[in-house]
Amino acid sequence: MSQIKYIAGKEPHANETRVVFKNVDREGWDPSIETYLKDGGYEQQKKAFKMEPGDITSEVKTAGLRGRGGAGFPAGLKWSFLPPNNDKPVYLICNADESEPGTFKDRYIIHQDPHQLIEGMAISCFAVGAKLAYIYIREEFPEGAQILETAIAEAHRNGFLGKDILGTGFDLEIYVHRGAGAYICGEETGLIESLEGKRPYPRIKPPYFPAAMGLYLCPTIVNNVETLCHVKHIIGMGGENWSKTGTPNNTGTRILCVSGDVEKPGYFEVQVGKVTLGEVINNMCGGLKPGRKLKAVIPGGSSAKVLRADETFKIGKGDDAKEISIWDIPMDFDTLAACGSMAGSGGVIIMDDSRSMSWVINNLNNFYAHESCGQCTPCREGSLWMKKITDRVVAGKAAPSDIDQLDAVARNIDGRTICAFGEAASWPTESFVEKFRDELIADTNPELEDAFVNAEALTAAANLK
Amino acid sequence: MALEVPSELEKEIDDRITHYPVSKRSAVLPVLHALQHHFGFISEESVEWAATKLELEPIKVLEVVTFYPGFRQSAPGKYHIRVCRTLSCAMAGSYELMESICKKAEIDRSGVTHHDPVAVSRDGKFSIEFAECLASCGTGPVCLVEDDFHEAVTDVDALLSQYK
Repeated sequence: MSQIKYIAGKEPHANETRVVFKNVDREGWDPSIETYLKDGGYEQQKKAFKMEPGDITSEVKTAGLRGRGGAGFPAGLKWSFLPPNNDKPVYLICNADESEPGTFKDRYIIHQDPHQLIEGMAISCFAVGAKLAYIYIREEFPEGAQILETAIAEAHRNGFLGKDILGTGFDLEIYVHRGAGAYICGEETGLIESLEGKRPYPRIKPPYFPAAMGLYLCPTIVNNVETLCHVKHIIGMGGENWSKTGTPNNTGTRILCVSGDVEKPGYFEVQVGKVTLGEVINNMCGGLKPGRKLKAVIPGGSSAKVLRADETFKIGKGDDAKEISIWDIPMDFDTLAACGSMAGSGGVIIMDDSRSMSWVINNLNNFYAHESCGQCTPCREGSLWMKKITDRVVAGKAAPSDIDQLDAVARNIDGRTICAFGEAASWPTESFVEKFRDELIADTNPELEDAFVNAEALTAAANLK
Repeated sequence: MALEVPSELEKEIDDRITHYPVSKRSAVLPVLHALQHHFGFISEESVEWAATKLELEPIKVLEVVTFYPGFRQSAPGKYHIRVCRTLSCAMAGSYELMESICKKAEIDRSGVTHHDPVAVSRDGKFSIEFAECLASCGTGPVCLVEDDFHEAVTDVDALLSQYK
């Protein structure tokens, strides 16, 4: 790949391993099928369509590909949950709802390399037997939706989609479906409801595991954009070879999206677990802003628990157990989980010592209060309640005991909802209160402890008597 | 008053509906997108029209309109702006961006609420609302003007002058 040239100023960092992002910011590259074909495009689809579908799934399993959308669930395993002896149609949905704050990787794949995604999807559809697939793309990517529709039409004309693809007898149609600005549509069962034309209220699992009862209550596979792109490369390299990149149980490459208080924010495709957070900040992103110190990092999208700069983390087991600083955390699924957070969607948000943690958590609470679908009471009421409390903290109108209240509200959402949004909404608050309690309390006013009363509530209480 | 849908738009909508061979109801979002793109917002008449088209009770369409932030129930300005509000963009100055656009375009956001988030400029040329994460956190502050995406917006004059 040494012959690939990138646009001046947008060259990948030396520590990157470009696989899915190979063509992002590439000189002379455009999203047309001609360019893609000249670069060996659709060769993996030709190869895969000569394989037994089950063998494709086996390759994906051997590769150890874990979902890049947030949960890190093994993709091959997800596929193998399709019921055996199924006589219903199977659907595949590409989750391109990219909306986890801090994440901006799928945007570049869709805009610059749409055929990679379509090829990955075609191979995946062939593997799971899906003849109808949808790309659920967030409404806020209008240009992306158009680029994908153009690319799908091109793939059709070239015989990579449609009827009897490559003479195999296999038919496949892919359609683009635009969302309408709701974060909850990134949750796979909410996405399915939305694709059925309804409010995206997530479904309860069990029984509604998409692989068994998904779109139109038929077996359905939902995978992230980056995950589906990797399938193409797994076929190209072979699962075994592909798994040699990255680290054991955290195989392959993944795209880290870095934003916040660094000199050069951006996207970096790295081998999972081969770079540390310190290398990401200091080498890849050019370090912190001059004169600033690191204060906190959200390592995997806004729902991931915050890490404090001066914490130490215990990782490894038995003889391998050790304590490391934030700078030495390898960016992989298992280590970040051991550090009490998660690799999530790969969105890394860096905060320096100029940031007020009350302001940060309030910003996130505003997000979750806005995006709660309202189906489950703890989440609907709790997310708004948390926002109201942190609104008061930021305004200097909270009492110190409000911080305990804030924590209690969060802990009464977590684990009490139909979908993982409950955790997504409460983990930020739980972790900010746990790690920055003193700072949050310092923003409250002790004089309001007894003085602060809600006139409306007092009237209501008086009327009860 | 019945909605007047140009035949070309109806053809586009009919074509979209074919993308959902299993259930017409699945086409609610694309039909609403097409109507909003043409009319600027989703009126009661649009809801009725979409419901008839998809053989649904109107409430099945209205419940979708009222849920998704991407659908508006009142007329926006000629150019609708969405400024990203969420953390990384806020750290990069999106609240300040919102303020300076409003100042420059003479938009009063004091009446904005959760259910009525759009504010329109005095001359009706621009309307604005905050959007949650637009997924370009590395290049904040970002905004969408109609379907055009703008990143690292610092010069509000240059931004607005592109829209006549």
